[in-house]
Amino acid sequence: MNKDLFKNRHQVIQIIIAFFAVVFLLRLFYVQVIDSKYVSLAKNNAIKELDVYPTRGMVYDRKGELIVYNEAIYDLMIIPRQAKGVDTNKLCELLDITKEEYIAHLLEMKHAKGYSSYKPNVFFKQLSLKDYSRLQEYLYLFPGFYGQVRTIRKYPHRVAATILGDIGEVDDKSIESSNGYYKPGDYVGKSGIEKVYEKELGGKRGKKLVFVDVHNREMGSFNNGEYDTLAVSGDNVIATLDIKLQEYAEQLMINKKGSVVAIEPSTGEILALVSSPGYDPNLLCGAVRGKNFKSLLTDSMLPLYSRPTLATYPPGSSFKPIIALIALNEGVQGVNYGVPCNGAYNAGGVIVHCSHHHPSATNLQYAMAQSCNPYFCQTFRNSLEKLPNTTTAQAFDIWVKACNSFGLGMRTGIDLPSEVSGNIPTVKYFNRIYGEGRWKFPTIVSLGIGQGEVLTTPLQMANIFACISNHGYWITPHIVKKITDPLTNKDVTHQYVKHEALIAKEHFVPVIEGLFEVVEAGTAKAARVEGITLCGKTGTAQNPHGDNHSMFAGFAPKDEPKIAIAVVVENGGYGATYAAPIASLLVEKYLNDTIATKRLPIEKRMIEANLLNKYGVHTNKTAAMNAEGEE
Amino acid sequence: MARKQESLTGKMDWLTIILYGVLVLFGWAVIYSSSYSGDEKSVFDSSINSGKQFQWIIASIILASIILIVDSRFYTTFSYAFYVLLMLFVVLVMFVGVEVKGQRNWIRIGGFQMQPSEMAKFAVSLAVAKFISGLNVDIRKWKDKWRVFAIIGIPVLIVLIQGDAGSAIVFVALALVLFREGLESYYLIIGASVTVLGVLALLVNKFILAGVLLAASLIVIYFSRRNKKLALIILGLWVVASGFVFSVDFAFKKMKPHQRDRINVLLGKEVENGKDWNIRQSIIAIGSGGFFGKGYLNGTQTKLKFVPEQSTDFIFSSIGEEFGFIGSAMLIIVFLGFFYRLLYLAERQRSKFSRVYGYCVASILFFHFLINVGMAIGVAPVIGIPLPFISYGGSSLLSFTVLLFIFIRLDTQRYDVMR
Repeated sequence: MNKDLFKNRHQVIQIIIAFFAVVFLLRLFYVQVIDSKYVSLAKNNAIKELDVYPTRGMVYDRKGELIVYNEAIYDLMIIPRQAKGVDTNKLCELLDITKEEYIAHLLEMKHAKGYSSYKPNVFFKQLSLKDYSRLQEYLYLFPGFYGQVRTIRKYPHRVAATILGDIGEVDDKSIESSNGYYKPGDYVGKSGIEKVYEKELGGKRGKKLVFVDVHNREMGSFNNGEYDTLAVSGDNVIATLDIKLQEYAEQLMINKKGSVVAIEPSTGEILALVSSPGYDPNLLCGAVRGKNFKSLLTDSMLPLYSRPTLATYPPGSSFKPIIALIALNEGVQGVNYGVPCNGAYNAGGVIVHCSHHHPSATNLQYAMAQSCNPYFCQTFRNSLEKLPNTTTAQAFDIWVKACNSFGLGMRTGIDLPSEVSGNIPTVKYFNRIYGEGRWKFPTIVSLGIGQGEVLTTPLQMANIFACISNHGYWITPHIVKKITDPLTNKDVTHQYVKHEALIAKEHFVPVIEGLFEVVEAGTAKAARVEGITLCGKTGTAQNPHGDNHSMFAGFAPKDEPKIAIAVVVENGGYGATYAAPIASLLVEKYLNDTIATKRLPIEKRMIEANLLNKYGVHTNKTAAMNAEGEE
Repeated sequence: MARKQESLTGKMDWLTIILYGVLVLFGWAVIYSSSYSGDEKSVFDSSINSGKQFQWIIASIILASIILIVDSRFYTTFSYAFYVLLMLFVVLVMFVGVEVKGQRNWIRIGGFQMQPSEMAKFAVSLAVAKFISGLNVDIRKWKDKWRVFAIIGIPVLIVLIQGDAGSAIVFVALALVLFREGLESYYLIIGASVTVLGVLALLVNKFILAGVLLAASLIVIYFSRRNKKLALIILGLWVVASGFVFSVDFAFKKMKPHQRDRINVLLGKEVENGKDWNIRQSIIAIGSGGFFGKGYLNGTQTKLKFVPEQSTDFIFSSIGEEFGFIGSAMLIIVFLGFFYRLLYLAERQRSKFSRVYGYCVASILFFHFLINVGMAIGVAPVIGIPLPFISYGGSSLLSFTVLLFIFIRLDTQRYDVMR
């Protein structure tokens, strides 16, 4: 029977083949012609490039103390489609929010750009590890919810905000100039070394190719990750800062506006750089950033203003060593040159008073110690008038160039994002104001005592004294010592430029002796520290808007200088009142590591000194914020 | 003998050779398209697949010419020798071969890799032809049935041991040959129906499947319309088959989810977590080709490498995407014509050896086509075997060429009875 059935077996085989061909044709017709979904599937069928964010590099201080690191925080994500039957009460309890807040969060999320019920959305931002671990235990109760780890910057020492800077979402301009590297929502350094060393700290982003379907859901990695690249972690930065010194300086400057700059003279390394009032850099991290930034921005004390590099003050008497050095170098007067002082100096009708009462100075050293105004007015005059075969203008030009060689009237080149150049007036400037040949020494006499058109930043002040302590050179001040790559142990030590002052080396010795006298027996006696040969100069910058600014700049020890320092306390009055003692405490702390018992009352007085009423404010807003951030 | 020597070219079946040429050249063009990434490399550039395929095509032409020149008695006489030699070779490769994609069944000659198991196809075909055409051999007898099963079974076992299930399953195709040569029908009918229907029941909508089956039955009834009894039987069979389809579907739905998943993965059906990625991407690529296709070199899905193995096992998805329904249908029709031509040639042989060998060639090529295209359009399980003459790869092109041209050579002496 079977034989009958397949009498023509070859035909059966033909039919079998034809049958499958027909099946294929029908299937193809269905897939390619009837069912149009494949066209749209193909369109939406895409490889999505996901970014893999690198860990940002960490920052250490000069002694290896960790000062900036990354902390894991958790965003609570939700895929709304998968979230069904959520026990809202329990979730609210775990998140410690009210039901109203819960609803507010939901609404905020739903109105956010790019919201999709298929995709993960941020439901609750930036839970701390502690809060998240509490929640995590119960997360299985909430389908569709999961935690996504992210990192934020942490600053364990809560100081040096203006130096370390902060990170925030990249702005449009940077996106444009980055040739497509940055994307909206990326985080980049916004200020301080976070900004300057963005390239090193930021690392290199990796990418991951994943398949996504119509709903933009990830469907697995593309080609088993063959084209994925790993993120390269950022390099670590070794800062020149001594974080302990920085902390101490910020503590001393509390409730005062002003700056502290400390430099290691031999290397140009910044040991401390304080802008007061300071704020806890953690205030600008994570979820609280927006709110805190606004209140810092509106604070009348201008905490966001980086005073050490942006604020300029007339240097006042602190400028006198420069006047002396230039005159000595020009040979217009000797070390033992004397100027009678009866409390005032008459420069062709312009009277300059001497702020201190002291016997007439018979030599530079004593004049320096007593900060005698008439002496330095005369010294400045000598520089302008006693130089052979030069007009006043020509002599002034030489003087200006000498000042510039100390880094005045120009940017020092510090590795911070913003710095101003201060001011040293030029011949051209005075010609414009007074007319060519119509100005003489009396017109510009106030420069001789560091007033008038001369303006310096606290950084420049410290730098001048670093240069003096080095007997005539300075290294570009900098915050970053080296960059290390934790993976490859690559170690890049930066080289910084050495600048020579236009002053012969031998002239520094008498000036330094004078500066030593200032602290030993002169105007800065209050800053004297037993066992430390601190040299320095007080300054009292005239301030047309209120009380004078208290200033001190100096270095120690005299012979092998380890630290050059400048302190400015705005509206603090005489240099000796606040700036000099604060500087001496910092020098003592840096060199001896502790404060001598008998100087503790000075420390206490300085810490407690409160100048808020001089600034017209009643409460220290940043201090309150810092305290709040600490809990 | 003398007549044959006079005009070998005149006796060759040029239609088959032309179809072969068309398929090979078309495959070469598609291989170029799937290795093309807009960098304007020449089709001959040996750094891309199409350049290498060109060298294989040249090699194939040379090999085909040699096969045609050699006396056909060479193949008939040494059938078993070829078989034994290749079996030894395939076994040897297990020890001295190199590993490619987890299968240690390749040998490397110079810069090229070869897969001897591909070559086994023609040797097995020759051996089967030799055996069946032997005097007094009747595969309806158990004694002979076991022998022919052994001839086919030995290479299947070896290849299976090597882990190349794709190459092994190809030998199933020889069932068609046995059927043609008189194997009891119910072997074929039951075996084929159960597997095909079972698989189809799980892959295709059961109503569509039943409909297609009905259509097929009606075609058969039409061809044998004088036989009323046959018509009734076929209709009865259709009822049984449809019942089977529905019951498989029902049983499948009654299974536990993880069991269902396992079967789905085996069948290449949509499962979660992207385990069915290849097949889905292939269908999307083909489906997105539409009626007219996206045009040569314009396939986006295949260009973006959504479809893996797109110049070998999934080459049909490139064709479907770039040439659309028109192109795919034409290719299927060309293949259909090719198979019919081979069957026609086989049937016109006066010697049993040549006929059996011809059927072997047709079945093996058809089976490759069936699985490869079926897989690409999602109606056959995922088994990685090449599309004859189209897919990229030297071993497969050379082995198909040898397989085919031995038959073409035999066909030149189709009037000879004795082999």
